[in-house]
Amino acid sequence: MEAPKEKLKLAFYWAASCGGCEISLLEIGDKILTVVELADLVFCPCLVDTKYKDVEAMPDGYIDVAFYNGAVRSSENEHIAKLLRQKSKVLIAYGSCAMQGGIPALANLYDLKQIKHRAYHETQSTVNPDGVEPVPDCATNGYALTLPELYNTVFKLSDKVKVDFYIPGCPPARETTWNAIEQLVTGNLPEPGGVLGAGRKAVCEECPYEKKETRITEFHRPHTFIPPDNEQCLLEQGLVCLGPATRSGCGAQCLQAHMPCRGCYGPLPDIQDQGAKLVAAIGSMIGGTGEEEITGIVNQIVDPAGTLYRFSMADSFMVRRKLDG
Amino acid sequence: MANRVTIDPITRLEGHGKIEIFLKDDGSVDNVFFQVPELRGFEKFCEGRPVEEMPRITTRICGVCPEAHHAASAKACDAVYGITLPPTAAKLREFQYNAFYVGDHTTHFYALAGPDFVMGPDADPAVRNIIGVIGKVGADIGKEVIRTRLEAHEIAGMLGGKRIHSVGMIPGGMSKGLTSSEDHKRAVEICERFVEFAKFTIKIVDDIVLANKAYVDLILSDPYKLVVNDMGLVDENNHVNFYRGNVRVTDVNGKELHKYAPKDYLDVVGEHVEKWSYLKFPFLKQRGWTGFTEGTDTAVFRATPLSRLNAADGMATPLAQAEYERFYATLGGKPVHSTLATNWARVIELLFAAEAALQLIKDPDIIGEEHRVIPKNVPSEGVGIVEAPRGTLTHHYITDEKGIVQKANLIVGTTNNNGPIAMSIKKAAQGLIKAGAEITEPILNMVEMAFRAYDPCFGCATHSLPGQMPIEVILRDSTGKVLDRASRF
Repeated sequence: MEAPKEKLKLAFYWAASCGGCEISLLEIGDKILTVVELADLVFCPCLVDTKYKDVEAMPDGYIDVAFYNGAVRSSENEHIAKLLRQKSKVLIAYGSCAMQGGIPALANLYDLKQIKHRAYHETQSTVNPDGVEPVPDCATNGYALTLPELYNTVFKLSDKVKVDFYIPGCPPARETTWNAIEQLVTGNLPEPGGVLGAGRKAVCEECPYEKKETRITEFHRPHTFIPPDNEQCLLEQGLVCLGPATRSGCGAQCLQAHMPCRGCYGPLPDIQDQGAKLVAAIGSMIGGTGEEEITGIVNQIVDPAGTLYRFSMADSFMVRRKLDG
Repeated sequence: MANRVTIDPITRLEGHGKIEIFLKDDGSVDNVFFQVPELRGFEKFCEGRPVEEMPRITTRICGVCPEAHHAASAKACDAVYGITLPPTAAKLREFQYNAFYVGDHTTHFYALAGPDFVMGPDADPAVRNIIGVIGKVGADIGKEVIRTRLEAHEIAGMLGGKRIHSVGMIPGGMSKGLTSSEDHKRAVEICERFVEFAKFTIKIVDDIVLANKAYVDLILSDPYKLVVNDMGLVDENNHVNFYRGNVRVTDVNGKELHKYAPKDYLDVVGEHVEKWSYLKFPFLKQRGWTGFTEGTDTAVFRATPLSRLNAADGMATPLAQAEYERFYATLGGKPVHSTLATNWARVIELLFAAEAALQLIKDPDIIGEEHRVIPKNVPSEGVGIVEAPRGTLTHHYITDEKGIVQKANLIVGTTNNNGPIAMSIKKAAQGLIKAGAEITEPILNMVEMAFRAYDPCFGCATHSLPGQMPIEVILRDSTGKVLDRASRF
């Protein structure tokens, strides 16, 4: 990889996330040293001590590339997203949460009131006879304390700011991260709004199982079913697998462990709704004759919303459950 | 109260954790609040999900310790279906879990807590980090630390497909067995190195920390002492175990208060709510919430490496047992209530995890064919408990007869320590910040050491590779005007 004339200025920020995206950076191992040679980290709360106000003081466009991981679920997440957009030439959504909402966006099947009710009043271990609930204005015995306000809906990054590129995965596999870094350094970039580091085909292309073009006659659940054919496509054998609707690049890691794909690499190129794409794929694979029989087979799929949109709820046609009022 | 000190130790930007210290007019500490300003709602949005998907969903509670949620969730699923695992399945899980511990504890010791001791709590912050540790201990150590973490990921990938957020633990066992002799050979090789690396780490503690009387005095000093109850998972011999067994709770004198099977956790643990933090405060239910108090009658407990040692009668492996005995001999007998000793306890656990992983990978059962069983019973309700590196982790699911989750209750490792962390910071602040005296960088760091010993996960502790979470202290007058700033950058 040829070094650019000037060192790149990078920023790396986490929002509503689990930390797996940071850990995924370690996965590139000794290559971290190469990155350090090619680039300076100008903002990264986990690695360097640049303060928030230092970022505010930077001229617009000062940062060459900013990586943002995690979903947007609070005003604070949104504020940093906008700040980084302003200060960066290129803004990248890193990982499933920033790209599509990820697992946190499953919260969009409920609302904040329900979430707080469950956490602070209803859970079996909670002892809360006075019905106390944490609130943003939480001054206590004269001590002025505050908490941030949480949004009712979990958003993907592009709902709030323009995103230049996406790096998919929960978390991105090391090959994906490294490919993306190479693309950025060498300038070998796709059209704006494109995906870096991953493949352009379906996970099926990397899958150790093979398609035998047999029809699905029954759906099973992974814990109650040992696929009788240990070479054949799991979906054809009746396990819901998001492989046909999901972008390649992960190395089909879950399938290497004999588990079906749950779609963390997001939709195939030019596909907007990942779940709808899988439904279409399944539709063409179902056996059975007559509408009733086909419907019967499809109805064996449990929790279609939470399975087909496991990582993409905030990026789907539905986005969230309808809010009351 | 005239002045306020805000410590935002992890990042001022996202605020996974925030410490507010209120000063009296004379500059001494009045009160301390430790706030967690985050709620993600897993306990609600897991409702409606198929229970077998829970081990794949709850890993995303934490990308630093996904195996802990993966394992607790799989165990809860086993209980929901009333499954007893075949030996191969149980040992594969326990093996992966111990290998994960090696990677996790290594990261904490070298990158986070270690620099305070190896370099010294009042060392120049510019060298009080893993880079400084590398300079002092030797250049290869940095590579060894990264290598240990990556090899733990390698084992996760070998058994669970994904190296981060692995997917192999399912209701009834593991989705695949360890049947490749090449993989098995590689795993043995990794675990042998893990043991050597853990022994080397013990030696660093010996040479640099224990050989220095000033450090030992610091560990045992009053501002770092917190007298509360202890919790930890123990095996059939009351030895520390991370994956299986019952939970034991001992009182401030080391006497057993409770020993409960996972399904009985609600008899022992309650969670208290305060309006100023999104994170709840667990306590011993039978004592009732006693507030943030320490001493004989307190309902507060800790669940940390130190408390696991305190709550157990010993370690199940020989090298770790020898260290366990030396630990109590050096620190004046059992139980130890010195928060900073948690860091030493963590290294003893690192050695145990490495020895246990090696024992398990050499067990003939581990390469067996029977890596899973199919559930036969109607699903209903189950609890799974493991020891996460940061504390006892409980997953409790209630399902309908089709195995769809109706209710989920989670008590996460760090949550157990929410009260103790707040109390430890307050005590350290009160002991170290004196009326009228300047608040210097080393004093701030020493306040933070009380917090860092818990390896708090919401603090994204392992995010902070250089080992120094940025801290900024702002002194304000009663109108909120900034009087002074001190930072430890």
